[in-house]
Amino acid sequence: MTTTKKQLHRIDLIFKNEQDCKEILRNALARSNQEVINEMVNSGLKGRGGAGFPTGLKWKLTAEQKVDEKFVICNADEGEPGTFKDREILTRVPHKVLSGMAVCAKIIGARKGYIYLRGEYKFLVPNLKKELRRFHDILDELGLDFRVEIFMGSGAYICGEESALFESMEGKRGEPRNKPPFPTEIGYLNKPTVINNVETLAHSYTILKYGAKKFRELGVKDSRGSKVFSVSGDTPIPGIYELELGMSVQDFVDDFGDGDTKAVQVGGASGFLVPRKRFGKTSIGYQGKLTGISLPTGGSMMIFNSSRSMYNVLNNYLDFFEEESCGQCTPCRVGCQQLLKGIKAVKRGEKPASYLDQLLKLTDTMKLTAKCGLGQSVANSFSSIVENFREEMIY
Amino acid sequence: MDFQEKLVHDLVAKHGTDRENLLPILQGVIDQERYLSEEAILKIAKEMSIPAADVYGTATFYSFLDTDPRGKYVIRVCKTITCAMKGKNQIIQAIENFLKIKVGETTIDKKFTILQTNCLGWCHKAPAMLVNDDVYTELTPESVVDILREYREEN
Repeated sequence: MTTTKKQLHRIDLIFKNEQDCKEILRNALARSNQEVINEMVNSGLKGRGGAGFPTGLKWKLTAEQKVDEKFVICNADEGEPGTFKDREILTRVPHKVLSGMAVCAKIIGARKGYIYLRGEYKFLVPNLKKELRRFHDILDELGLDFRVEIFMGSGAYICGEESALFESMEGKRGEPRNKPPFPTEIGYLNKPTVINNVETLAHSYTILKYGAKKFRELGVKDSRGSKVFSVSGDTPIPGIYELELGMSVQDFVDDFGDGDTKAVQVGGASGFLVPRKRFGKTSIGYQGKLTGISLPTGGSMMIFNSSRSMYNVLNNYLDFFEEESCGQCTPCRVGCQQLLKGIKAVKRGEKPASYLDQLLKLTDTMKLTAKCGLGQSVANSFSSIVENFREEMIY
Repeated sequence: MDFQEKLVHDLVAKHGTDRENLLPILQGVIDQERYLSEEAILKIAKEMSIPAADVYGTATFYSFLDTDPRGKYVIRVCKTITCAMKGKNQIIQAIENFLKIKVGETTIDKKFTILQTNCLGWCHKAPAMLVNDDVYTELTPESVVDILREYREEN
């Protein structure tokens, strides 16, 4: 059998085996802080953890703080269902991530950095420590006073939320803080902190090496550069792929689907489900607000074929959120419980189908009133699944 | 000084008494004892001069910081969507049949505990599980029994 599937352009920047980090660092450290910040801002790089905050701006805002002690933290608490790219980056090119941290440290004036590594990835520690020793030697040679330590998480999804991560590092329950103030002002130990996703830091290495212009050649409008995608579910080729931002879900499905794709979950359980009829109209990137037309993602792409029950999918997500909700604010704690109970009751016929509309209203309330992204984003998958697959929720 | 006292004392000496060292200290006790007993929590609180309620509150927040007794090997099978789609239930069934215990239970010889956990980040190689810190992926009901048999027959 021959297939004439269109193949999306594979990019090879992040995982390219480049052992020139000493040279890249030497050059970057020799440039003025303003010059490097401009390069980062001009690249258009946005946070690759999923939220998409402009990285250059984050560095700039933290650099402007007139405080002696500051921190650089690499967020390696990759816990979104369907995401596994950060582990691959830390396994294959950790020196790129560390180089990004070091340059950031020099610019903002930090002497201490941390990698917050999720407990599930503890097996990475021996290799990372070896890499850290080698890297610290390079920093000594270049005369940069900066040290990186590994801080282990202990199995809590919410600690990927930056302020919950600080709380966790401070020895407390991982409960998100109110924002503002933002980490650029008040972060770890209440000091100005740059916290970037693993992939974001690795991209900063690419930008420092090849320049902002080259990075901007990839992607579209507001979504520049490449992105590492974690592809799983009903696909013959699951795995990790570096692709250009801005692709349509249709092109993605043509390349990665099994020929019977019913829906794609973009951005993990906290993201959106895109049904077949919207594949052509939906693209992947960060265009303005979350409109459902252009979807941002930390890189999780889960593919479902027609054999899958969308009720089971939603049930699994809600079970996940109900367990991972930190319990601090009522809309999220009680909301997740009620949503899970609610869809089960509708399925069993204990509640009428119209009860789904009440649950949709509840997700609207959670979106408005939950304290952090977890509770606010449950509405994304809930409404996109219930609105597109209502029959499957009922029968 | 009993074993636990020495363990807590050494961990606090190594990491320090500041609150931000609490997680590494709790993790250090877990590494040795697989769970945080009431005694261990009280000892940590005393050594670090923080209220025992704070230590307990922090510990119970994290799914890897168990406060119930666990076996020498804690098996955590991923139950999140992709693993669920790719046969997680059959894996659990095979483990339960092999160890003759249910999810949440510990074998009488205190060697194994079976738990389910949220996304382990191996969705492209589902189903997946952890045995303590070690990862096993693309499991089948047969392969998971072979893996556990090796753990059971060691020493």
